[in-house]
Amino acid sequence: MVELVSASSAETEELAARLATRLAVGDVVEVRGELGAGKTTFVRGACRALGISEPVTSPTFTIGHRYQGRVDVSHLDLYRFAGVSAAEWGDLESYFDDAIVFVEWPEAGSGVLPLARVTVALEHVDEQRRRITLDATDATLLQEL
Amino acid sequence: MILGIETSCDETAAALVTDSGEVRASVIASQAELHARYGGVVPEIASRRHLELVGPVAREALAAAGASLEDVDAIAVTQGPGLVGALLVGVSAAKALAWSRKLPLVPVDHLDGHIASLYLDATPIEPPFVCLLASGGHTQLRAVRGRGSSELLGTTLDDAAGEAFDKGARLLGLGYPGGASIDRLAQEGDPTAFAFPVAKLAGLDFSFSGLKTALLYAVKRLEEAELDARRADLAASYQHAIVTALSRRVADAARKTGLDRVAVVGGVAANSGLRESLPDAVFAPLAYCTDNAAMIASAARFVEPLPYPRYLDLDVYASRR
Repeated sequence: MVELVSASSAETEELAARLATRLAVGDVVEVRGELGAGKTTFVRGACRALGISEPVTSPTFTIGHRYQGRVDVSHLDLYRFAGVSAAEWGDLESYFDDAIVFVEWPEAGSGVLPLARVTVALEHVDEQRRRITLDATDATLLQEL
Repeated sequence: MILGIETSCDETAAALVTDSGEVRASVIASQAELHARYGGVVPEIASRRHLELVGPVAREALAAAGASLEDVDAIAVTQGPGLVGALLVGVSAAKALAWSRKLPLVPVDHLDGHIASLYLDATPIEPPFVCLLASGGHTQLRAVRGRGSSELLGTTLDDAAGEAFDKGARLLGLGYPGGASIDRLAQEGDPTAFAFPVAKLAGLDFSFSGLKTALLYAVKRLEEAELDARRADLAASYQHAIVTALSRRVADAARKTGLDRVAVVGGVAANSGLRESLPDAVFAPLAYCTDNAAMIASAARFVEPLPYPRYLDLDVYASRR
């Protein structure tokens, strides 16, 4: 587990970029945190490092975005979900094909979505700073991040 | 008549619109009541719901128009952007309907559809003009050069304006839909009570995520009793910041393009603060601000139709290309 405090959204993006270069297609990253914690900021930083230059916007209402960079990146948001039914999984499944997948508000998908390789938790420290905790199924992934 | 079908996100909708832009029927199987009951969480965001509803909704539109498929000259459908599974339901239904009657099919972009909601007005605005498209999922400025063509001038870099309203309402403990509850409460508050930030970005892009965080901290700093007393001021000031960001950018866009006329479409077009702030702008008819199929049929009038049967392999797209 890695825990650190980011002083700005730019720092959060840089951390996400370092993580992104270690990820491979098929990896799922859960991004947890309350409103305004910086979840979309984190995903944006990862996308930039993966060669995506277009705006990376919040998928709260659109539910899923898929970007083409050096690899495909899916960006999902389960904020408006109470749970993920079999039918809903049918709609989300294609976003997990041949892509690195970031899932905001993953709680509703617990037990249904593919297991995450990395879990990122962002917490408010104050208006600027965020405590960021990263956990991975294989600890080596986060070494010297 | 054109039969339009829209299933890109939450709503299942069908409509009948004439070639001159007269709406004969517009039916939306709205989940708004369900949304309200579940506090903004959709009970099930699945294409299965669209699948159950798309047939009945299309039949209801035909019945409301007093028409049958005999009267339909083309089927229009939202091709994207949206949730892939949801879009596929609409496109498959549209293909089946068009195929069965040997009719042409017209694929429509959802965002072009929002702009074409303007042409459903009795005396519609004509291009060229600057269009602000602001909804839960999108916030864009476009230069509309012709009824079927527009160019992107700016977009949100993080949250959409409608999402900013919705999440702001959540932070203030207000009900769903968030835009309407903030708008209502803002009438009783002082828009200058709290100085919320308006993002300063180069170009014509928007950013609302910093504003959301500012509201969160303003709420956190207040004691519970104090929060109750200041809630209307918070709502008014928060709405003021969103409206200021939108209307400033509209003015910037008008200046940069030399286009002096402005139109506003999408769910946020219903906001009274925005309407007051842009007194000279043309707003989409209220009934067609949020997602609907009449706007899709309207847009189809300005898109090259795919003749029968050259649309069977038509695919949907998640993001605008």
